Amino acid sequence: MGIEGYLLVSALLFSIGVFGFMARRNAILMLISIELMFNAVNLSLIAFNAHLPPESNTGAVFALMIMAVAAAEVTVGLALVIAIIRTRQTPEVDQYSDLKE
Amino acid sequence: MVGGGLAVVTLRNIIHSAVAMMVCFGSLAGMYALLGAPIVAAAQVLIYLGAISVLILFAIMLTQAGDANLPAPFHRQLPIAIVVALAMFGLVGWAVVQTDWTALGPIVGTSVEAIATALFSTYALPFEIISVLLLVAIIGAIYLARRPEEDERAN
Repeated sequence: MGIEGYLLVSALLFSIGVFGFMARRNAILMLISIELMFNAVNLSLIAFNAHLPPESNTGAVFALMIMAVAAAEVTVGLALVIAIIRTRQTPEVDQYSDLKE
Repeated sequence: MVGGGLAVVTLRNIIHSAVAMMVCFGSLAGMYALLGAPIVAAAQVLIYLGAISVLILFAIMLTQAGDANLPAPFHRQLPIAIVVALAMFGLVGWAVVQTDWTALGPIVGTSVEAIATALFSTYALPFEIISVLLLVAIIGAIYLARRPEEDERAN
């Protein structure tokens, strides 16, 4: 399988993440969808990096850094989600309508 | 792997979604190993399968007491979401298929040693910034997760 296969899988995974983020009502599931999108980007970075000469590791280093940022993001995101679920007693995002006119 | 990804966004029970996410991330680690990046595959298993999945499962367990089955998992934005996702996949897929990739060389593996050298020499500053970012995230998460009554007791 050439690089096209990996890139197509990456695009598909990113689209699934976009779909999940827009279509699901659960706040935790929206975070999981963001993780899917991070992973899609990581996959395309690694796929490109594999075809570079061995002395350039930019893609792999970037992928590792994206993983660290994703870990930080999911930590803060889950803390926020738990805090808001504790106050509102529901994980459904379309019931967070305090600021609605 | 794509099946796992699809299951994540379509399953009704959110715990099943989280398990499907673990399946998806695990097969991604396999793809990284196939692409000759074993250190990234190991990091994927450690960070995603080990840390983030457990964190998400904990959050689900903490927030869903009682029956977890919700009547309608989808938002009313569902048609728009389908259109946007299909358009995005179509656009990116078209770009991938149209591009001529023959100029690329064969797949070469990256050694752990080379990545470590790059991480601590060329990318030393981003590496340090990442560690500060993680520290900030930990402090922020602790602050956010504190209960209000503990807040008053601390004052």
